[in-house]
Amino acid sequence: MESNFYTEPTKYNDLRKWVCSTDHKRIGLLYMASIFIFFLVAMMIGVVMKLKMLSAGTTFISARTYNSLFTVHGVIMIFLFIIPGIPAALGNFILPLQLGAKDVAFPRLNLYSWYFYIAGAVCALTSLFTGGGAPDTGWTFYVPYSVTTGTNVSLAVFGAFLLGMSSTLTGLNFLTTIHRMRAPGMGWFRMPLFIWSLYATGWVQLLATPIIAITLVLVILERLFNVGIFDPSRGGDPILFEHMFWIYSHPAVYIMILPAMGIVSEIIPVFARRTIFGYKAIAFSSLAIALVGYLVWGHHMFTSGMSDTARVIFSLLTFIVAVPSGVKVFNWVASLYKGSSVISAPLIFVMAFIFLFSIGGLTGLFQGALNIDMHIHGTYFIVAHFHYVMFGGTGFAFFAGLHYWYPKIFGRMYNEKIARYACGLMLIGFNVLYFPMFILGWQGMPRRYYDYPAQFQALQRLSSVGSWILVAGILLMFHNLVKSIRKGTPASSNPWGGKTLEWQTTSPPPTENFVEIPVVTSGPYNY
Amino acid sequence: MSTENHFDYTGSKIGMWLFLFTEIILFGGLFLVYAVYRYTYPHEFHEAGEHLQVSLGFANTLILLTSSLTAALAVSSLQRDRKYASLWYISGTVALAAVFLINKFLEWSSHISAGMYPGAPALLAKGHGENLFYGLYYVMTGLHGVHVLGGAGALSLVYVWILQGKVDKDRYVALENAVLFWHLVDLVWIYLFPLFYLLI
Ligand code: HEM
Repeated sequence: MESNFYTEPTKYNDLRKWVCSTDHKRIGLLYMASIFIFFLVAMMIGVVMKLKMLSAGTTFISARTYNSLFTVHGVIMIFLFIIPGIPAALGNFILPLQLGAKDVAFPRLNLYSWYFYIAGAVCALTSLFTGGGAPDTGWTFYVPYSVTTGTNVSLAVFGAFLLGMSSTLTGLNFLTTIHRMRAPGMGWFRMPLFIWSLYATGWVQLLATPIIAITLVLVILERLFNVGIFDPSRGGDPILFEHMFWIYSHPAVYIMILPAMGIVSEIIPVFARRTIFGYKAIAFSSLAIALVGYLVWGHHMFTSGMSDTARVIFSLLTFIVAVPSGVKVFNWVASLYKGSSVISAPLIFVMAFIFLFSIGGLTGLFQGALNIDMHIHGTYFIVAHFHYVMFGGTGFAFFAGLHYWYPKIFGRMYNEKIARYACGLMLIGFNVLYFPMFILGWQGMPRRYYDYPAQFQALQRLSSVGSWILVAGILLMFHNLVKSIRKGTPASSNPWGGKTLEWQTTSPPPTENFVEIPVVTSGPYNY
Repeated sequence: MSTENHFDYTGSKIGMWLFLFTEIILFGGLFLVYAVYRYTYPHEFHEAGEHLQVSLGFANTLILLTSSLTAALAVSSLQRDRKYASLWYISGTVALAAVFLINKFLEWSSHISAGMYPGAPALLAKGHGENLFYGLYYVMTGLHGVHVLGGAGALSLVYVWILQGKVDKDRYVALENAVLFWHLVDLVWIYLFPLFYLLI
């Protein structure tokens, strides 16, 4: 292999080469390693929950433990895996390369963001073993329970606060980078769509995260000083907490899904060997999603006693926000149509994404409809829905991107055949695990319950079997990816025939990314 | 679109403004809570507000406005290469920040000794609105106080950088950004003052 950023000499020669580096590529890899470690931990917790659900009643896990398990699983998956996931890991590595830049706008801030991430993670994980024990509030930290419970909520919430800072700073960094560091000739409409999606995400990170930050601070103050802002016995309003929580947390689901959509828009033209259908429609629908996404938070609270007017408006807006997502799905499918597709692991993951995300998105509309939501609110239907969008959507797109950029990042190829088997296993396992949850939820199985009546036994067990298949697939995928870092066949600069700038430099890239800063003369998907 | 040059003035300014947006939204969350409760308990908020000392609040307003002036003068002095004038203006700003905090501390102490703090029996004996008013008063002025500290810290850091020559008449963006932050701290107070002390 030619000289690259792994082999070129750096200031330090020990671990500091990594944890003190301001190179966006190394920081991206730091994020990637930490994010996947947390993912695997939370995944195992998910499997334990499903093991418990093999039979009703208290078996090897008590009700209390189950509460802690889903809380920790949710907190890790949301704050440590899926929110930072694509932007911090793949975005960090790929964004400057796609822009034709040497680094992000603020390299040192980028490293500090990772420190914030780690500090937040340490707080969240310490909270499990200290104070009154692992938090048991669910990842939503709803008051009044989160204020009254004896478990170590304060520290976990502070961890989430730090993770929010990390995410905000990453967004700030990316926005500035995209504004200032595009290669000569790269106008806004010559930017790859992955960058457009990171741009929209950056704005959401920036403008929504401070709201959760202040809300979490209020919860901590409430626990420490009993201020009374959310305490009805002092005149406070717990529902106000729910509003503030979702004013952030709904836009946050777009922080999760937008970059995933960016990856999909990147992979499809390369493997279909034709230009993306409706470039501008995809770019603008990202911004539209980011914008309208701010106004729909109330749909998480249809049963909280809001006025009917508010509920009708939120419901209407929820249907409207589905439109730009639909536009994207149609664009992707239209781009595949009559392409000369090369079927390869990244594209297979993308197909799985489209399938799963469509199910997740369409079931979202069920919940957006007021009368139906009365029936399914707080049931397994919701659990199935958000796993379909977050895991089937964002998770699978993340894996697609990982396979797509793998040769660029590590300079080697993974084993294609194993990658396909792994994807197949995951797809099957995923549906066996989560589809029964739609039915269970429809029949009335509530979420966050460790017990269930006998009539749910069969579907619960089926779902548990699905979790084993899914995990087998995930482990196979990681095994393949990790092993190939050393053993894979060396990759060329541009193994897929991509037209975006990251493929114009060597794999892996040199420390400065490009020997010569490229000049852009046409759009990103000229096939 | 400078990729060659590592230092990018416009980039730094964009970054700072984006950061200020996040700060505005951070406080925005609290202003939202304030608005909701003011709307729910208009009379009790009015009652509680009467007990705050307008003179102290007014003094602090003057102090912060003056400090914004000295901060702005620090920037324009440095741009004209009057390094020592700039350093003096920065010291002045930090000193005013300290006076502000001392004033605030005295004010808080007097409320606390009067039994007006969350959970105190004297406050609990009053209505819901009063409790929320004081709760918000401590949270919002407290968070603002933390920002005053942060701003003073940032200015002191830039002070050292000017002494070391890292910040000078050609590379003054760090000072400019610290001062931008200072203006934000001032601006937030400009809203806090009427909301707690004046609004009838
Ligand atoms: C191997 C994979 C996974 C398994 C087996 C799994 C399983 C589960 C189970 C059993 C629950 C609890 C349902 C209940 O009783 O309410 C749950 C909740 C949850 N899961 Fe997963 N999950 C997996 C992956 C993921 C991923 C990838 C994400 C996010 C990206 C995620 C996010 C969540 C969240 C947010 C909750 C809700 C926690 C709460 O109620 O506070 N999960 N999961």
